[in-house]
Amino acid sequence: MPASDAGASVSRDAAAAPVVALRSITRRFPGVLANDRVDLALVPGRVHVLLGENGAGKSTLIAILAGLQQPDAGEILVDGRPVAIASPRRALDLGIGTVFQHEMLVPTLSVVENLALGGGPWWRRCRRDAAAVRYRAVAAPLGILIDPDRLVGDLSLGERQQVEIVRALWRGGRILVLDEPTSMLAPDEIGALGRLLGRLRERGTAILLVTHKLDEAYALGDEVSVLRGGRLVGRIEPEELARLDRDAAVARIVRAMFEETGAGDPIVAAEGGRAARRRPPAPDAPDVLRVEGLSVAGPDGRRVVEGVSFAVRAGEIFGIAGVDGNGQKPLLEAIAGQRPASGRVWLDGEEIGGLAVPARHRRGLRYVTDDRLGEGTIAQAPVAEALVLKRIGEAPFWRSGIVRPAAIEAHAADAIDRFDIRVPGPGTPVGRLSGGNIQKVLLARELHGRAKVILYNKPTYGLDLNNIRQTRGRIRDGADAGMAVVVVSTDLDELVSLCGRIGVMSRGRLVGIVDTDDGDGDRDGGGARARIGQLMIGMPVR
Amino acid sequence: MTGGASHGPLGAALRLVLPVALALLAGGALLAAVGVDPLAYYAHVVRRGMLTWLGLQETLTRMAPLLVLGASLIVAFRAGVWNLGVDGQFLLAAVTVAAAAPLLAEHLPGGLMLAAGFVLAAAVGAAWSLVPALLKAYRQVNEIITTLMMTFLGVGLANTLVKLAFRDPGTTVAQTRTLAVEDRLPRLFDTIVTGGLPIALVVVVVVHLLVTRTAWGMRLRVVGASPKAALHAGLAVPGLTVAAFAVSGGLAGAAAAIEVLGVRGLVQADWNPAYGLTVIPFVFLARFNGFAVIAFTFLFSMLSIGGESASRRFGVPHYYILVLVGLLLVFLALVDYLGERRRKAAA
Amino acid sequence: MDAFLTQAFVTSLLLGAVTAGLPLLLAGLGEQISEKAGVLNVGIEGMMLLGAYYGFLAAYSTGSVWLGFAAGAAAGAAAAVPMVVFCVVLGMNQIVIGIGLTLAAEGITALLHHFQFSRTYPRLPATEVLAIPLLSEIPVLGRALFSLHPAAYLAVALVAVAAFLFRDTLLGLSLRAAGDKPAALDTAGVDVRRVRTAAVLATGALAGFGGAYLAVVGAGVFVPFMTNGAGFIAIVLAMLAQGRPVRVLYGALLFGASLSATTALQVAGIDVPTDVVQMLPFAMVMLVLVLFGQRASLPAALGTHYERGAR
Repeated sequence: MPASDAGASVSRDAAAAPVVALRSITRRFPGVLANDRVDLALVPGRVHVLLGENGAGKSTLIAILAGLQQPDAGEILVDGRPVAIASPRRALDLGIGTVFQHEMLVPTLSVVENLALGGGPWWRRCRRDAAAVRYRAVAAPLGILIDPDRLVGDLSLGERQQVEIVRALWRGGRILVLDEPTSMLAPDEIGALGRLLGRLRERGTAILLVTHKLDEAYALGDEVSVLRGGRLVGRIEPEELARLDRDAAVARIVRAMFEETGAGDPIVAAEGGRAARRRPPAPDAPDVLRVEGLSVAGPDGRRVVEGVSFAVRAGEIFGIAGVDGNGQKPLLEAIAGQRPASGRVWLDGEEIGGLAVPARHRRGLRYVTDDRLGEGTIAQAPVAEALVLKRIGEAPFWRSGIVRPAAIEAHAADAIDRFDIRVPGPGTPVGRLSGGNIQKVLLARELHGRAKVILYNKPTYGLDLNNIRQTRGRIRDGADAGMAVVVVSTDLDELVSLCGRIGVMSRGRLVGIVDTDDGDGDRDGGGARARIGQLMIGMPVR
Repeated sequence: MTGGASHGPLGAALRLVLPVALALLAGGALLAAVGVDPLAYYAHVVRRGMLTWLGLQETLTRMAPLLVLGASLIVAFRAGVWNLGVDGQFLLAAVTVAAAAPLLAEHLPGGLMLAAGFVLAAAVGAAWSLVPALLKAYRQVNEIITTLMMTFLGVGLANTLVKLAFRDPGTTVAQTRTLAVEDRLPRLFDTIVTGGLPIALVVVVVVHLLVTRTAWGMRLRVVGASPKAALHAGLAVPGLTVAAFAVSGGLAGAAAAIEVLGVRGLVQADWNPAYGLTVIPFVFLARFNGFAVIAFTFLFSMLSIGGESASRRFGVPHYYILVLVGLLLVFLALVDYLGERRRKAAA
Repeated sequence: MDAFLTQAFVTSLLLGAVTAGLPLLLAGLGEQISEKAGVLNVGIEGMMLLGAYYGFLAAYSTGSVWLGFAAGAAAGAAAAVPMVVFCVVLGMNQIVIGIGLTLAAEGITALLHHFQFSRTYPRLPATEVLAIPLLSEIPVLGRALFSLHPAAYLAVALVAVAAFLFRDTLLGLSLRAAGDKPAALDTAGVDVRRVRTAAVLATGALAGFGGAYLAVVGAGVFVPFMTNGAGFIAIVLAMLAQGRPVRVLYGALLFGASLSATTALQVAGIDVPTDVVQMLPFAMVMLVLVLFGQRASLPAALGTHYERGAR
């Protein structure tokens, strides 16, 4: 990883002047101070990591750099001269290219067409051949070999991100801003991204890497700034970071994130990287969930899940690893009952394959989706309704088909209280809540009553550390209370820290199950990680 | 997704009064330009539309079918079904019930005949929405395209039926047989307002409660707000889509029954009031709230009844009311938008 | 039917298809541009009517057909301005504003006609045709397809122009991006609002041109409500064409043929009710949708507002 040569690049760049400098940037939203007098400098050939939880103001800062939003106060210097980044076009003209967390490519256009977008006056011809030649010239040295004529909608998330990086550099970008670039990537894709950033750094590109993962900050960064509540609260200079080894650096970053403001709990943050072992379930615990030969057909008739079988005992947390999009989501949806599937599913010995979602929900099978706002809840509907979304028509909330608002409201008040949902009231639309609070709404709904099996899909994706800790706590508590838990995640550290067994999915099949505690004395799950990696690498490649 | 707008009665009144005032002002400029005194014109419209006993009765009569069309659209729009084909459903049902009613009257006693007429009209309206419903539910074909085409088809078919199959042999004009006045919907007391009005009011209120207060209504709203969330909650999305279409089409048919059985008694060839086109934007502006639909429908009916009378008095063709309604829609939407923005800024 | 009648029938059917189809073609092309850019323009019926009225007025008062077209296009574009302000800039409901525009335009043109022409009912002389040498001599087809007013050739040429613009220029890419993923277009440095504004204005101009053609060349007279739903047919055509201009052309000719078929049938001495013939293309399209219907690939952001930095 680039960390090994960090010292060399730092000494080389020590005297370099920043290409972009933010001075005392302030941005207010109604009721929120998103950025409060933030200073930040980007130096050519250096990766500047911006750490912070969700809501710390990272996205606003990126939007300001990309010309999507304007600061209320402060100044931006590019090459030492003050500039106003009034529009995305201006940002591009200044050489600032941005890779957003949610990709900003047009799925119905090809790779080169996306690159050509906005590259001249409207009447200009779109010369695909010339653009393809130039694309190869930009992309090949970075190790990006995607066919320029492929439709972006057909690319994997990792490939799209690579296209976005090319796009950010396309118009002579010398400043690259990346927002949570690894959140949707598989382990091998994260490795590729690290190598790509290394090459760019050598070429003298100034890079701003925004993340909330501590390991990444250490592995990829030359210097670190920490944002909290809109304020810059911590900073690690390149010289200092280069001196530290991994554990010391992570500890130092944790201190920068929490101690220096006196807020937060370092153990919480450390859990972002480190495992807290759970005791395994009793060996004679019964199988609560059993899945046999489950197959799911996709919209084009091709199988997206193929013959998956596994069983989960009471008190066990079963992990499912794999590159995103290898059938994990349809598998969970089929078990939850929201997708037709062939094969059999047993809950507590009762076959439930023929039941619809509400019936499975009543029997104690619960599913916490990763699409929290679009699928799990409805943005404009009140929190109280979201909490009974899977129980429409059931008593006591409805009687003879007529709604009983008082019952729904009381239920909501109780859930808000028990799950510490920060919301003005049960009538507040879900869309006004933060991501962490929306997740709490989902947890409150799915954990309510006698839950026996809980399926989690990427339970901590996009959450801040505090909510990650709480969510993982809920997952463990559930297993400790005797539930059978299934966790799908693309974050291997998370799976290793939570699960006793981890299944690996590839192209819709469960290609193997790894025991994380097989007595090889590797306490942080390194052996398991390696075996999971092997299973992924061993997957048939077309 | 909550039922009503979440502002006080004063705000609601302002949201209605301000756009009306602006539309009248802009429309008044147009009147002045063609040499008509706007104040005299408007005074006449209001007097004739709601302040005279006869005018009020005419306005209430006009309202009835529009209210039921509004109810039809509330069901569809709440379910996320953009049924732009109510005019076809309405016209086809009107023609069918106009042809059937005189025949039914020969065999059935009054009340039963009227009930049969409503059922028939609703069935025709629902049937005409079936193809777009199935195409949307099971093949994901966009219903704006299909319902618009079914409207053109429905209008053509209705005209063909009047001219060929259902034509009254007793007249030279292409029209259906006339339903005798004594067989039509009974009039209320000694007015010209028929029983269609109370029926329509009940339908709107019932539909409003159905959508906001029942489990079925909540399922419908979930499907309309987010089909993904509906699948997640295990709702039968295709079934609910077809049901919403059927209820919507059926109500469009019932609206036609009110018009034909209550007021007209027959349908002439090439008659197409295109009520649906006018009601659609009002239902949006009412935010699918039944009570707001009642208010908007009254306003529109009053303007069109008053305007028809004023056209004879002032020599301004009643097309002028179309301009006024167009302006009203734009200003209503504008004031609604500004209010919404202020509320967001205050939050 | 003898050979002469058959010939006359085919010629008049084709001529009618072209005459009635051209306004549909122009409006359909216009609607396609808006829809591509993500704006569902329901006001197109009103824009056609305003184009028809002002096109007729200008042609009648100046005696120039071309000034009539120009006035019609300008009126259509002017009618699109409220659509731009309320829907593209402010983000208000496109269906409400579109229907409001159509109703207002119906009323205004009927009123203006009432005050200006309702006593005189002026007519324009038949417009001159441009017979293309040789081609116009082809029996049956020649008179119908190659002996038309020059504007008709222009309209067909616009199909090729639109296809070229959509496929081969940066404008085409921007339009598609504005309809499919406006945020991506914005971050690529193109102002979404500007692209959509241009698209809606172009729609208005084309619809107005189509309306003017209808009044000036097709009918030679302005009649209130003369578009008679053509704008809504144009919406259907644009949606069915899936972004391809040439498909709008096919559709416009098909629907145009059915709109004018009754006249042709009368020429041939066959009496079929107008309504039945006019239903045919709708019935055909519905049948095709029922048999082969699948997800119509409409732009993902169609009908939705885009605001930079909205969270």
